[in-house]
Amino acid sequence: MGILEVKNVGKRFGGLQALSDVNLSVKENSVHAIIGPNGAGKSTLLNCLVGKLIPDTGSVMFDGQSVLGRAPYEINQMGISRVFQTPEIFGDLTVMENMLIPCFAKRDGAFELNAIRSISEQKDVLEKAEQMLVEMNMADKRHMHAAAMSRGDKRRLEIGMCLSQEPRLLLLDEPTAGMARADTNNTIDLLKQISEERDITIAIIEHDMHVVFSLANRITVLAQGTPLVEDDPENIRGNPKVREAYLGESA
Amino acid sequence: MFNLEKSDLTLLIAVAVLTLFAPFILNPFPADSAMAQFNAGYPDLMQRFVIFGIFAIGFNILFGLTGYLSFGHAAFLGVGSYAAVWMFKLLSMNVIPAIILSVIVAGLFSLLIGFISLRRSGIYFSILTLAFAQMMFALAYSVLTPITGGETGLQLALDDPRIFGQSQTPEGNIPVPGLFGLEMRDSFDLAIGSWVFTFNIGYYFCALVLIASFYLAIRIFRSPFGMMLRAVKSNQQRMNYTGLNTRPYTLAAFVISGMYAGLAGGLMASMDPLAGAERMQWTASGEVVLMTILGGAGTLIGPVLGAGFIKYFENIFSKINATILHEWFAFLPDGLEDFIVAILYPFIGKGWHLTLGILFMMVVIFLPGGLVEGGQRIAAWIKGRKAGKTTAGGKTEPAE
Repeated sequence: MGILEVKNVGKRFGGLQALSDVNLSVKENSVHAIIGPNGAGKSTLLNCLVGKLIPDTGSVMFDGQSVLGRAPYEINQMGISRVFQTPEIFGDLTVMENMLIPCFAKRDGAFELNAIRSISEQKDVLEKAEQMLVEMNMADKRHMHAAAMSRGDKRRLEIGMCLSQEPRLLLLDEPTAGMARADTNNTIDLLKQISEERDITIAIIEHDMHVVFSLANRITVLAQGTPLVEDDPENIRGNPKVREAYLGESA
Repeated sequence: MFNLEKSDLTLLIAVAVLTLFAPFILNPFPADSAMAQFNAGYPDLMQRFVIFGIFAIGFNILFGLTGYLSFGHAAFLGVGSYAAVWMFKLLSMNVIPAIILSVIVAGLFSLLIGFISLRRSGIYFSILTLAFAQMMFALAYSVLTPITGGETGLQLALDDPRIFGQSQTPEGNIPVPGLFGLEMRDSFDLAIGSWVFTFNIGYYFCALVLIASFYLAIRIFRSPFGMMLRAVKSNQQRMNYTGLNTRPYTLAAFVISGMYAGLAGGLMASMDPLAGAERMQWTASGEVVLMTILGGAGTLIGPVLGAGFIKYFENIFSKINATILHEWFAFLPDGLEDFIVAILYPFIGKGWHLTLGILFMMVVIFLPGGLVEGGQRIAAWIKGRKAGKTTAGGKTEPAE
């Protein structure tokens, strides 16, 4: 029984069957990659997991509880954090404030009228955000506007923001898309370090095979809205069906 | 002190000093000089400065922090005024219960309107608030005449059934609003040389409320709640995926700013116990938007400056007429004098809106951060000149 259990999920957009009969089991503390060619339904599947879309059929269970019908913020409070393809951060706010917001969300929940005590008086949250900034190696950038940072730094900040919530499952949607090689390698190293040091499960959607094979210890291949095969990386590499569907293009 | 950062404390003290010494600051010209018409230190106008300052501070909590542009906030000011006048009619002439009821009633109305309007964002939100405000204006103007007094407005009468206090004074007059015996309209004049300074009880009451409102706004700006409101403006998607429900945050901001508007409305009625529907019209809602943007949306002091600026123009600039212009330019040859007066005439008197419009355009185009940004640029320029002198052409600071 995995921490995330997807059973018979189907989703149709008009005449397009985007997902059909998707079964997926993500084991606790694993790094599970979901790969597949363009249009395979990877992003649709991810959106079904975080509450942006509701599947037409099937069930999605996280830690024994259904996530279906819950709003994105509720699913997040259950312990699922999401990293977006283009970093979604608070561009107008400083790096420190970006880190403070998830720390307050973790402590106070979805809404708290915390309007009289100033931030500087709430030392517990300040210390936690500070520690996370140091861990993400961006303490020197704390007063910078988040929008002014490089793509790689924004990605690192976004991952740090997600981690500061101490999620049990971290979902990443093509985290290295559009990055330079050096930034990609930094991100791989960061994710490796996270999965080794923390008690966390990572599910990653990725196009870049280099990233997938450097990180994943379990891979699901999606093709035309349905899982083709789920196996260990070594077996995926040699699987002829996978080669035909996907790897054939690049490998 | 007051649990504030040093810069915020400085700002609060500056506001306190400016408001408390306003009768001096706004009356720089001797009463008998030609410049006396630029004096703004009379009670009626000073009261308007601080009341609209409070209105704009509250509006800025919604618009400046969350970016939700409401075009209907005058409606909350209007219901606040009506609530206060009804309190004078039914309960007592003390301003405290009147103002408390104004804030509560405005809060309830903003809860309802905000709950519905905040289902949409951007232009649709603005239109919804505008529609609600116009509905309330129309209701107050005609349908609800028994409650609002309709076209003539709601006024005190000699036969009001006041529970605490009398319906009429022994002299047969309508009693005036007061605070435990202090009458709001009471003033005392201080003449120094040819200057006359007027100290009005109503003004000082409003000024104290403004300082308290400003202090509360600072606390909100510096709190986690204030940061969340700025996060709403910056990226709602990220908020939703960070476990935060944006709806109650925006609704709370809407209700708080509605209550500030109600407070302003209650104060307005306390200074002059009548309320009319025209206070709720969309032009009044637009005015507070102008004040906030002109002063600097999202800054603490900006809305207060913007409110003062616009009210000064409205009351002082509009009083300059052709005769005064002719007096100013009397030293010029006749033909030239007439020519200059003819050019300036459209911008003064009833044409003050034209001047204000041009100024507003210039601020939006050249100083998007409003008057506050203008002040910051001047401060930076002075600092730069000083630094240049001391280091005598030393190397420039690297940009951060």
